Amino acid sequence: MRPLPGRPRRSRRRDPLWLAAPALVLILALVVVPAAETLWLAFVDAGGRWAGLAHFQAVLQDPETLAPGRFPGSPPPWGSLVHNLVWVALHLPLTTGLGLALALLLQEVRGGSLLRSFVFLGMVTPLVVGGVLIRFLFDENAGVIPALFRNLGVESLARTWTAYPQLALPALILGSVWLWAGFAMVLYSAGLASIPRAYYEAALVDGAGWWSRFRHITWPSLRPVTAVVVAMTVLWELKIFDLVYTATQGGPGGASMVLALQMYFYGFRSLDPHRAAAVATLLTLCTLLIGLWFVRTAEGGERG
Amino acid sequence: MNGRVRRRVLVPGEARHRWRRAASSLLRHLLAWGLGLLWVVPFAGVAMSALRPSRELLHGWWRLEPLTLSSENLARALDHPTAAMAQGLVNSLRVAIPGTLLPLLLGSLAAYGLLRSRSRARRPLMMGVVLLLAVPQQMVAVPLFRLMRDAGLVNSHAGLVLAHTAWALPWMILFFRNYFATLPREVEEAALLDGAGRWQTYLRVILPMSLPAVASAAALQSTWVWNDFFLALVLVYRPDLLLATQRIPLLRGQYQVDWGLLSSAALLVMAVPVLVFALLQRYYVRGLVGWTLK
Repeated sequence: MRPLPGRPRRSRRRDPLWLAAPALVLILALVVVPAAETLWLAFVDAGGRWAGLAHFQAVLQDPETLAPGRFPGSPPPWGSLVHNLVWVALHLPLTTGLGLALALLLQEVRGGSLLRSFVFLGMVTPLVVGGVLIRFLFDENAGVIPALFRNLGVESLARTWTAYPQLALPALILGSVWLWAGFAMVLYSAGLASIPRAYYEAALVDGAGWWSRFRHITWPSLRPVTAVVVAMTVLWELKIFDLVYTATQGGPGGASMVLALQMYFYGFRSLDPHRAAAVATLLTLCTLLIGLWFVRTAEGGERG
Repeated sequence: MNGRVRRRVLVPGEARHRWRRAASSLLRHLLAWGLGLLWVVPFAGVAMSALRPSRELLHGWWRLEPLTLSSENLARALDHPTAAMAQGLVNSLRVAIPGTLLPLLLGSLAAYGLLRSRSRARRPLMMGVVLLLAVPQQMVAVPLFRLMRDAGLVNSHAGLVLAHTAWALPWMILFFRNYFATLPREVEEAALLDGAGRWQTYLRVILPMSLPAVASAAALQSTWVWNDFFLALVLVYRPDLLLATQRIPLLRGQYQVDWGLLSSAALLVMAVPVLVFALLQRYYVRGLVGWTLK
């Protein structure tokens, strides 16, 4: 306990926070400052004068972002914001449900871990390749799905999905369900493995059936996992970019445009950094809300 | 356990009970294997299109008659005149390797510092780091491009590595902080009492105890950097410097899609993350679960 003679004790007194300095400087310079600058760009005009909400107004009145009156009666384009929301509304329940179903199904199956790797392959694949895979899957000549519908005699679905406004967005969403379901499955599998078996044994003694065991043991035990899956999945859906870039470029005619891609086009094709910043800020607002919700539920869970 | 008890009691129903269990197990296996195989159909399609000559694919890759393997498409993708995949793969490696090691080192170091710090800045810093996880890359794109341009780091792999490092640091810090918090403190305290500095303690004590976490973080980060498209798209556009992922959209023809070529390129780009996943599967999954569920 007593300090050795002659050894300096300086290192014990200095707070170890300095070890974080290089990382914090990099984060500050390349993430925080640029993000703050984007926020600034969203509120000023080209001359640096305060523009208030003008860019946001311009972006939200652009039919590329919001095409009111077209949703849901007419086929897309409905505007990138609506596309993102439709994406969340369809993709979130589908991937979460499929992930849970797969995790439950593969629990006690021979070769289950191999099958899990199969499903998880989509998560390992670069999303650029994911976009190519979606194009390929739904291609009139080369794709499995149009060929399947042709055999079933459904001619309206036996063509290249990504080339038609009413089919491009559904193709992308279905493809993204296929790619992302592995995430929910892996997390649910880990969650299932951590539920004590004694719970189920007790329930069996009480004569509980499959459904009541699921409702009273499995589902409540998995609640923290569900919170993670939901938060991460919504973040992923809102940030979707590569997939759309390679599969459709937001087309045809903006029918599959999403916020992240729209920001890129504003910022790097039409070279309008202010509109790009407004779209980025809108997107970040959505993701931060999800992030805050998640931090609050996670902290609540830890304390409770 | 319970089955055995029941079987002894319900002797008359035993045969029917066992038959029902066998049937339900068979059904489960059929469903599971059916779904699992269905899931890899698109990947099988890519492999088929990449590894067979184009003339066999005219009526769909699923027609297996005739079936010849050929490296014709792969060779065409590797030295394509405008978007050679060979060069792209080399470039991607040159970004992915430092883009994994640098954040690994800086992130774990920062996590250790933040965990042991008694400064009042600790909590707000951690909160800030957590919130940064939700920020999309689009939020930094334009200013990051300008910053890098002014620093002469646009069209440079070093600039891209720095961007990836900064981008990975928040999750790395969180990940390592959670892991370090589970380590026993005795060895560390002994080292500190012996006069080792914080840096030495980190390098000689903390890091060697954390190899599983290092493997997990390396598996995740290397795949994410390799798979990245957006940061590369923003920061690198000189043709010879383009990464492998950036070359894929360039191979898609204007009117006619050459699926043999495109599938080969896709297969080549996928091969690396799939290999990392296959080799480090346990760490990969554990990292993903540990990072998100902790």
